[in-house]
Amino acid sequence: MSDARSAILAKMRSAMGRKADDVERKAAVADRLQRSPRGPLPARGQLPESERTALFQKMAEAVQASVVRVASRADVPDAVSAYLKSKNLPATVRMGEDARLAEMPWSAQKHMEILKGRAENADLATVSHALGGVAETGTLMLVSGPDNPTTLNFLPEHHIVVLEEADIAGDYESVWARIRERFGKGVMPRTVNMITGPSRSADIEQTLLLGAHGPRALHIVIVDKG
Amino acid sequence: MTSSAPQDPPLADNQGGGAPSRPKVGLFVTCLVDLFRPSVGFAAVKLMEDAGCTVEVPAAQTCCGQPAFNSGDRDDTRAIAASVIRAFEGYDYVVAPSGSCAGMLKKHYVELFEDDPAMKQRAEAFSARVFELVSFLTDVLGVSSVDARFEGTATYHDSCSGLRELGIQSQPRKLLATVDGLKLSEMRDSDVCCGFGGTFCVKYPDISNKIVGEKTRTIAETGADVLLAGDLGCLMNMAGKLKREGTAIEVRHVAEVLAGMTDKPAIGGGRR
Amino acid sequence: MQITSPGFKENARTALDDAPLQRALGNVRKGFIEKRAKASAALPEFDLLRDNARDIKDHVLAHLDLYLEAYAEKVEAAGGHVHWAETAEDARRIILEICRQKNARTVTKGKSMITEEIGLNDFLEEHAVAPVETDLGEYIIQLRGEHPSHIIAPAVHVNKDQVEADFRRVHTHLDPARNLEEPTTLLSEARAVLREKYFEADIGITGANFLIAETGTSVIVTNEGNGDLTQNLPKTHVVVASIEKIVPTLDDVSQILRVLARSATGQDMSVYTTFSTGPKRDIDPDGPEDYHVVLLDNGRSSMLGSEFQDMLRCIRCGACMNHCPVYHAVGGHAYGWVYPGPMGAVLTPSLMGVDKSGHLPNASTFCGRCESVCPMRIPLPKMMRHWREREFSRNLTPATARYGLGAWAFFAKRPALYQAATRLAMAVLGRLGRSKGRFSAMPLAGGWTKYRDLPAPEGETFQAQWAKRRTAA
Repeated sequence: MSDARSAILAKMRSAMGRKADDVERKAAVADRLQRSPRGPLPARGQLPESERTALFQKMAEAVQASVVRVASRADVPDAVSAYLKSKNLPATVRMGEDARLAEMPWSAQKHMEILKGRAENADLATVSHALGGVAETGTLMLVSGPDNPTTLNFLPEHHIVVLEEADIAGDYESVWARIRERFGKGVMPRTVNMITGPSRSADIEQTLLLGAHGPRALHIVIVDKG
Repeated sequence: MTSSAPQDPPLADNQGGGAPSRPKVGLFVTCLVDLFRPSVGFAAVKLMEDAGCTVEVPAAQTCCGQPAFNSGDRDDTRAIAASVIRAFEGYDYVVAPSGSCAGMLKKHYVELFEDDPAMKQRAEAFSARVFELVSFLTDVLGVSSVDARFEGTATYHDSCSGLRELGIQSQPRKLLATVDGLKLSEMRDSDVCCGFGGTFCVKYPDISNKIVGEKTRTIAETGADVLLAGDLGCLMNMAGKLKREGTAIEVRHVAEVLAGMTDKPAIGGGRR
Repeated sequence: MQITSPGFKENARTALDDAPLQRALGNVRKGFIEKRAKASAALPEFDLLRDNARDIKDHVLAHLDLYLEAYAEKVEAAGGHVHWAETAEDARRIILEICRQKNARTVTKGKSMITEEIGLNDFLEEHAVAPVETDLGEYIIQLRGEHPSHIIAPAVHVNKDQVEADFRRVHTHLDPARNLEEPTTLLSEARAVLREKYFEADIGITGANFLIAETGTSVIVTNEGNGDLTQNLPKTHVVVASIEKIVPTLDDVSQILRVLARSATGQDMSVYTTFSTGPKRDIDPDGPEDYHVVLLDNGRSSMLGSEFQDMLRCIRCGACMNHCPVYHAVGGHAYGWVYPGPMGAVLTPSLMGVDKSGHLPNASTFCGRCESVCPMRIPLPKMMRHWREREFSRNLTPATARYGLGAWAFFAKRPALYQAATRLAMAVLGRLGRSKGRFSAMPLAGGWTKYRDLPAPEGETFQAQWAKRRTAA
């Protein structure tokens, strides 16, 4: 469809009264893509780390996520186990290959079954490790890949997400900077999910209901910076 | 009437000299006030004279041009605008007892003359001097109270243009609070359109009727004796609906109450 | 989709008499407005962010051709395919071609107004491909054979008991005695039915809220998670998006996201904001193997450089219709095409021609509430007025209105004549209306007096009285 492409671009340029080889405009576009300038950031999230974590928790809870904080990575399996029990769920979770999750002492949890890989339709609970969190709105950021397959975020009834306190930023822009550092400027993994609370719908008479197609519950385990 | 010093009065013809001791105001009567409710015009004159202005009414005025402007008739709008601008040159201020007409004069005249630089400049100078009556009293003249009495409960509708084009919301309420005997009972959604919309109300009467019906319901809920607003178009629309519904609520322009001139029958002839 | 905008007046009358619709519209008036007001008030930088969002899009529109090229290059670098479609028909054909290549029988769909605009569902069905809408609201109206009446709440015109009846009619494999009283049971049923569809589907089609030039990424914003299941479970993901969805960078999209959900639903952020770039990588255990983007023009390029260019800033939040008294009165279907409310009143004439949709920009009181809440600061009333100007200059304005206006303007431009004529007229009307203070009928004013009394004039005009006062003084 290369002729459609040229036709559309030509129509746009003629409507704008511009030429394709417009040096000044090209430079402006290249510059913006290169610099990716930041706009104004809400002061709300620009806090010292400890207050940032508290804000993240407050904002996530305000959108019906549940949040617990643990002292170290080693405490995560206990927290997951406690959550499953509190919801009367079987002691089974699925997770990806994330090294931080793998290092956690899951074997200390008696009867806990750990399934690996992408989610299956029947999975009730999954565990993911977030790339980061954003305090200003209690938003989690997760990236696709074998470490944390994207289906884990959407298929189960209960999605449990582990988030390191050190990875909580004040704003989205800071997390993008981290993603650029990790994947390269202008490069993205297949999927980046920003998740703010559990799935919901208000499509029936504008009444808010949780658990539309994605998880009915989102549980966040924050690992405090030791 | 008491005044405090106005903050930085925007004076076009009086650079550097501060407020003129007796500002010369050209009253833009508005076509609806001229034709249907002259008492609003006299109330406006009284309020401004009491505040120390000299008020004149240029004879060469008809309408602000909105009916043509909003019907897409740019040429006639431009012709009307040019004659309004000519008629009001030489006044310190141009004041209209209507947020809608003042909004037209202040916010839309300049864009009519985009391709006529000389006229555009005159339009800019003109627009800078235009004010809606109540905001002129409070924001420019620094009037903070009025000497008027009205026994009863009032509710105030924020007419759209005044509210959203000119930011008129607190000013009338501030002055109404100083009217002896008057109690203000706010309606729900006072910032929602009454369904008048100029020619809209006759082009789409079914929809307009639905909207004004919602409005009269919120008015009735307040239990007020009198409905006030700053725009005669909206007032005639709401009064017409209230009368058709058989409601006893009186309808008046806010200037009538602020000027203490409520001896005339209310709009649509309502009696308390 | 058939356009019924020429019948707007009749559509509106039908809507005004439709009691269930009027009940449903009450939900718009209540919920959306309060929630937006609360969310915007809670963010002190909200208006600053609106300014910046506007500036970002203005910058994009001034460089749209170049950003589209940059975007397409990045999509291809990530292993995706870009298709350019000049018209709705081209887009439909491209999508069908992809379906044929994949031998697709069933496609799941995330909520997408663009696929409504190109009439994709009907077209696919005609060609033996079954589209399944997965957004709850879209699913409901698909079952009802309807179109969305709101761009973010497509089934806002439907009441709960109607949903229950539709589910019982269509989900015949389920126990007829089941309880569907509560909205939660309806939601659970839809969840279970649609869950199977995600796994069955050969292709997942989504729209895009944004296309990011920096990375070749498409972004969808949802609350339900249906869009994510739609685009992750089938082997092929097709994105259909119009050309103005471009934003330069990840930083820019973050800025606009801050005003999007707050303006739309009053949330600080929607639940799922998903960034998709190319197909799944070799090491990825899930995600689509194939990723296509269909870029649709369909008349937008000719809006560039015109008085309607600002409309291309629109991010489809729905705030304008949520705050519109006309939308509140008649709902979305009365507008007669895909886009209702103030944004539709500007966009529909641009895309479908003002000759077919002339009522839309006229059916506004110009109350300005839409512009006051638009996160992208689009001057909607001003652009509706521009459409009226085009109609007037092309003689599309109805003859009666034109003659009336002409006669009025003749006097309005001649103050002396005007005052003589009005003095006489008001004196007569004032005398006639003096006893009651109003008229309940009036020749030539039937549009007014059908529903309202006409307040009588006091009698003598202001100008006449003022002239006397001056002479006396």
